[in-house]
Amino acid sequence: MKARVYVTLKNGVLDPQGEAVRHALGSLGFEGVTGVRQGKVMDLDLEASDAAAAEADVAKMCEKLLANTVIEDYRIEILGA
Amino acid sequence: MKAAVIVFPGSNCDRDMAVGLERATGRAPQMVWHKDASLPEGLDLVAIPGGFSFGDYLRCGAIAARAPIMRSVVDFAARGGHVLGVCNGFQVLIEAGLLPGALMRNAQLKYVCKVTPLRVATNDSAFTCGYTRNQRIDIPIAHHDGNYLAEPALLDRLRGEDRIAFTYEQNPNGSTADIAGILSENRRILGMMPHPERANDPALGGTDGAPFFAGLAEGVMAGA
Repeated sequence: MKARVYVTLKNGVLDPQGEAVRHALGSLGFEGVTGVRQGKVMDLDLEASDAAAAEADVAKMCEKLLANTVIEDYRIEILGA
Repeated sequence: MKAAVIVFPGSNCDRDMAVGLERATGRAPQMVWHKDASLPEGLDLVAIPGGFSFGDYLRCGAIAARAPIMRSVVDFAARGGHVLGVCNGFQVLIEAGLLPGALMRNAQLKYVCKVTPLRVATNDSAFTCGYTRNQRIDIPIAHHDGNYLAEPALLDRLRGEDRIAFTYEQNPNGSTADIAGILSENRRILGMMPHPERANDPALGGTDGAPFFAGLAEGVMAGA
């Protein structure tokens, strides 16, 4: 089973890297980009066969290591085999 | 004072930290590898040095904070032991949950490496008792992720409890309220981005870090 974890900065937390990307897009002529938020995607290969159990496990992993929940949110997708 | 310095793969200020502690205490600290399961007996201080532990992978300090030795460090802190984290060590202490808040990428996105003026915001701790309150000192900084983030409620608490140890005179990284270092609730854990161990010898361009170590040696033994 595979799981995909998205880790993004919480709303309201300033994202200077996203801002830098937004400025660079503007300087390339892409107009109308009013905001960029940068985050991380992690793909996990899991031995688990039960999707609900896998998701619960990955949520624990996010809380303990994959995300810093002081400043980051996470979202989990179970992708199947 | 009996001290230990934790060494992670990628630590690069561990030896400077050891020199600073040895000069102040007359006793070489024990160097403890991150894979060790326990700390030496009878320690008074654990220091987590600067560097790029585990290549700053995932988040600065995140992997180091989950290294085997850190369980013992957390236990040591819970028993009232003194713990010092400098630069990457500060990031490790936050990731380990020993200090509140977060350290984000510098606001201007640049790695900053320079001597920077600091204000000693409190001298009420073993770490800062070698200075006078409001003393201005010059200490080097060298970091990419030192932008300390404190929510308003946390900032109020840090201020109300006199837990802001050092502030920047010229904010180099976007830190909330110019914060350069903070103390734990029991004042026995200090995390700071500036490097006192790099300002501890005239040959290195400054000695404003020397009172930090001298005060620390006295303060820890006095039970501050």
